[in-house]
Amino acid sequence: MSTPILEMKNITKEFPGVKALNNVTFSVNQGEIHCLVGENGAGKSTLMKVLSGVYPHGDYTGEIVFNGVEQKFKGISDSEKAGIAIIYQELALVPELTVYENIFLGHEIKQGMVIDWNETIKQAGIMLEKVKLKVNPESKVKELGVGKQQLVEIAKALSRDVKLLILDEPTSALNESDSENLLGLLRGLKDQGVTCVLISHKLKEVIKIADTVTVLRDGKTICTLDAHKGEVSETVLIKNMVGREIDNIYPNRQRKIEDEVVLEIKDWNAYDPKLGRDILKNINLFVKKGEIVGLAGLMGSGRTEFALSVFGNPDHYHVNGELFIKGKKHRLGHPQDAIRAGLAYVTEDRKGDGLILIQDVKQNITLANLLEIARRGVVDNNAEIVVATDYKDSLNIKTPTVEQKVQNLSGGNQQKVSLGKWLFVKPDILILDEPTRGIDVGAKYEIYTIMNRLVEQGMSIIMISSELPEILGMSDRIYVVSSGRITGELPIEEASQETIMHMATN
Amino acid sequence: MSFTQNLQKILKQNIREYGMYIALFVIMGFFTITTDGVFISPRNISNLMNQTGYIAVLAVGMTLVIVIRHIDLSVGFLAGFLGAIAAIAMVFWHLPTFVVIPMVLALGVVAGLITAFPVAQLGIPAFVASLAGWLIYRGAILLVTMGTGTIIIPNADFNAIGNGFIPDFPDMGFLPGVHKLTLLIGIVAIALFIVGSFNNRKKKQAYNFEVLPMDMFILQLVFISVLIGYVTWIMARYQGLSWTLVVVLIVVLIYDFITNKTVIGRHIYAVGGNPEAAELSGINVKKITYIVFGSMGMLTALSGILFASRLQSATTTAGQLFEMDAIAAAYVGGVSAAGGVGKVTGSLIGAIVMMSLTSGMNLMGIDISLQYIVRGLVLTLAVVFDVATRRASK
Repeated sequence: MSTPILEMKNITKEFPGVKALNNVTFSVNQGEIHCLVGENGAGKSTLMKVLSGVYPHGDYTGEIVFNGVEQKFKGISDSEKAGIAIIYQELALVPELTVYENIFLGHEIKQGMVIDWNETIKQAGIMLEKVKLKVNPESKVKELGVGKQQLVEIAKALSRDVKLLILDEPTSALNESDSENLLGLLRGLKDQGVTCVLISHKLKEVIKIADTVTVLRDGKTICTLDAHKGEVSETVLIKNMVGREIDNIYPNRQRKIEDEVVLEIKDWNAYDPKLGRDILKNINLFVKKGEIVGLAGLMGSGRTEFALSVFGNPDHYHVNGELFIKGKKHRLGHPQDAIRAGLAYVTEDRKGDGLILIQDVKQNITLANLLEIARRGVVDNNAEIVVATDYKDSLNIKTPTVEQKVQNLSGGNQQKVSLGKWLFVKPDILILDEPTRGIDVGAKYEIYTIMNRLVEQGMSIIMISSELPEILGMSDRIYVVSSGRITGELPIEEASQETIMHMATN
Repeated sequence: MSFTQNLQKILKQNIREYGMYIALFVIMGFFTITTDGVFISPRNISNLMNQTGYIAVLAVGMTLVIVIRHIDLSVGFLAGFLGAIAAIAMVFWHLPTFVVIPMVLALGVVAGLITAFPVAQLGIPAFVASLAGWLIYRGAILLVTMGTGTIIIPNADFNAIGNGFIPDFPDMGFLPGVHKLTLLIGIVAIALFIVGSFNNRKKKQAYNFEVLPMDMFILQLVFISVLIGYVTWIMARYQGLSWTLVVVLIVVLIYDFITNKTVIGRHIYAVGGNPEAAELSGINVKKITYIVFGSMGMLTALSGILFASRLQSATTTAGQLFEMDAIAAAYVGGVSAAGGVGKVTGSLIGAIVMMSLTSGMNLMGIDISLQYIVRGLVLTLAVVFDVATRRASK
């Protein structure tokens, strides 16, 4: 039995209202590849932020022992000094700088006061060799593909004499061969004595490479499995990941699904010119009147991009495919067209692109349908207050008046304002993107109740959610999305957390 | 609640809005004392308003540009250039004033749309796009005045816009030395204001909405009525309302209406408050960008007309630094650089504050070097006050 290089003991980290980590224990042995798996929100990222000092000592309770010494990191620089490097999904390179400048950014090789560029370039070459990357160190980072950029990040970590390398979903943006290449490199580094922690949603990959796997769920350590004893298989992992309690927080509803198909999408493809890759591949789906359709999948699987591409395509993807609303073919070139065609889209990021925080409740609620309360282009302010107060009451938005600024409301109430805004456009099809993220249980229940009321009145809902219990508790039918494709369609009777997770990690 | 408690509460809630008016009163009071009343004399106030005119209309347009998170640096020289075009059209092409003015306003709209094109279509920062305009119009103004230098404008009706006053009733033997039409307009304005306020209040009460307590409502009515009355009286005792002031008031009234009451106004503030959310709410952000820059161009043309008319000529340096004065006026008037916040009435007050500083310090004989420094400090103070009160209200 080899010795542990890292031991995190009884780590607890609380945010207002939630325990993100609850007494987590996580131990990594010297020289192994240790995979950390769990659903979205299981606490993986939080745990890594505790380790790297993003949440400084004192913000959490528990003990971190690294290299046999108890550590009290006050910031990232402390953990870097100790030999821990984290490579995030969003790379932290400066695109306009060269490869060698990036590798030594923050710990430049100096002679006196000035940087020794010749030595820097030479050393950068050595680091690139270690990660088996054949590029000119003098090329700019932005000229490299994502896969190569990732290798530059690793080279950067190695140049700091890293002892523990943590990779947060390194392969999620990579294609097959780049992923293979990266995994091969990790094995090579292992042979050179570098310990690796790999966070990944791709279970096949985990099984291929891991020496040990730790599963987190709801902020708790569920188990640590030894791959060399044959304890690790996809089924075992998924069972441990999803064993989440489905509490009885989903209100019952009378299902009144009609045969009329209100939305149908055929052979839908999208290419994102900013990322330079296909984001949606051959999607086919339909929604019936009075139905709640769940779009399940992991974060980054392309569900939000799908919703945007349908809802007037504001991000200007190159889309092709056919879209029918109530049997009529549409081309929606702007969200305005989508609204007119009977769609509404409650965004995932209500603060970022959902609400206007500096404006008040009533202005937000009426924004998407101002013409309804205007005569000849002049807004009737009194009618506006009446409308907003109606929604305040029917959605139970907790605010003293509708003249309160939205930034002063709680997350749950902000979400209800966002919902109110989209109900005021009186849509036939409502797309909800993570409708209950970051809001408390009581508000969640209220939102579910509202959803039920809406479908009973004949509206159709597409619900995007990363929370499996929510998907199972609310949907009538489920599509599972993975890497921009629909990997499965399940009637609710056949769906379980395990089947969905299998399809989502495919 | 007692009267004073009510007053305190309302002042506290609206400190941001009232702060500017208070500042204006303090500044005016200060100069009135230091100049032994010369500052507040009808003649000086009348002059001050006329000097503010061409900056005030720019500040109104700039308010909307800043609200949607952009900036337009080209407006100064564009105003000068369009003023020169107006002069050329009258002097060399012999076009009548009533043709020249709409023509120049239309040219302004076109210029504004041209500035908007790279911003809306290609996402180029407005700072850069309008800086290019700044250079181009600076060159253009030199180009069109190259052969002639300063162009003297002989048209009396055109020159009246910047120098003339509205006509008066024929002498009827009472109130000698007082401009009676101005007085009448002031009285009508006060009457309309009072009737409008009562109507508004009644409508709100019919809906059972919250309204100001009666004593506060009356206080507000009295305060604003007295203010309008006093300004009218000062004007009436000199030569009456100037045409410049009439133009400025009409512009501010129209823009105040558009920004506060109309769908398009709401869309402008929504785009400024959160462009992504606005776009997803079905608002065409590009269209709003074109409208706002187009309106800026039109007001720039108006500013150019006011300035050329005031000088009764087009000069090679007309419009220099107007853009900076307009931007400063907007910021002093409470427009937020973060976007989505700012009122055109605020920017009008901001323009008057800045011009009062200049006028007052000129009367006191303060050196120009110190004047710039003082104005810079006032701008800083205004913005700090704005940020501080915004934070406090959170």
